[in-house]
Amino acid sequence: MSAVTEHAAHEHHKAHDHHVPTDQYFIKVALFLAVLTAIETSTYWWPDALSSFATPTLIVLMIIKFWTIIRIFMHLKFDSPIFSAMFYIGLGLALFVYVVYLFTFQFFAR
Amino acid sequence: MADIAVHDTAAHAGHDDHGAHVTATGLSNNKLAMWLFLGSECLLFGGLISTYMLYRGRRGTDPGPAQIFDIPLTSISSFILLMSSLTMVLAVNSAKRKDDSNTKLWLTITALLGCLFVGGQVYEFTSFYHEGLGFTSSLFSSSFYTLTGFHGVHVTVGVIMLLAMVGIISRGRVTGDKAEAVEMIGLYWHFVDVVWVVIFTLVYLIPA
Repeated sequence: MSAVTEHAAHEHHKAHDHHVPTDQYFIKVALFLAVLTAIETSTYWWPDALSSFATPTLIVLMIIKFWTIIRIFMHLKFDSPIFSAMFYIGLGLALFVYVVYLFTFQFFAR
Repeated sequence: MADIAVHDTAAHAGHDDHGAHVTATGLSNNKLAMWLFLGSECLLFGGLISTYMLYRGRRGTDPGPAQIFDIPLTSISSFILLMSSLTMVLAVNSAKRKDDSNTKLWLTITALLGCLFVGGQVYEFTSFYHEGLGFTSSLFSSSFYTLTGFHGVHVTVGVIMLLAMVGIISRGRVTGDKAEAVEMIGLYWHFVDVVWVVIFTLVYLIPA
């Protein structure tokens, strides 16, 4: 077996042996996400109580939920950084598209 | 004896003890391709969400978000989809433990929760239509139906994949690493959930 193949096999074995959280851990994460969803939804019933804080609060909660799901449920936290890079490049391009849209239609169109 | 050892090595060349291919990077090519696909899906939904955000105020005299959105119903749908992510991750963990019966059970529950979500969306679309919000009524309605409709199609495709996986496991026809096959579907399913997290906040909860 060549050195390259041996290295690849070793890396592959490492990738399979990565830390896998228990079912209880995932249940706790799901409960945390459920609580965040309940807080998000509650802003609908008390819009006056939050007034101008509602939108920033909702965006922060959305980012926390998004981050928790991709990092823990999708295993990015425990997997190779190459997988994270693949996803973050797409995500970054999507945000770039939104910024370009916004500038094109909100500013340049005036 | 030496001949048997050589044969055994050759038969398993390029495979590990999980039945998966050993690659030059040391990472699963299937998983790499799935993450690349999900990255490209970000662009698709990024474009659709951006379009909705820009057009949500363009509705003339037609009904708008404040008049037609049923937040309690959508909150229940969101909670159902969120819980389906938990059942999906439990299915992946069961597959990693080589526990086929629990894998099939959690996959089936995930598919049922997905069906409930799609059912809620069909009910929502029908009630919006009866309230006078057609697909071509306004820029708001077109961008809303396109965004949420695309997401609904993704959930439906996910349900089909989940049920197909249950069938494949039941017949014992999984080729390669079974846990990885379940994990691939899991990644897709979680992505569909994470897109809904964004849609639920930006489309339904943040006032126009």
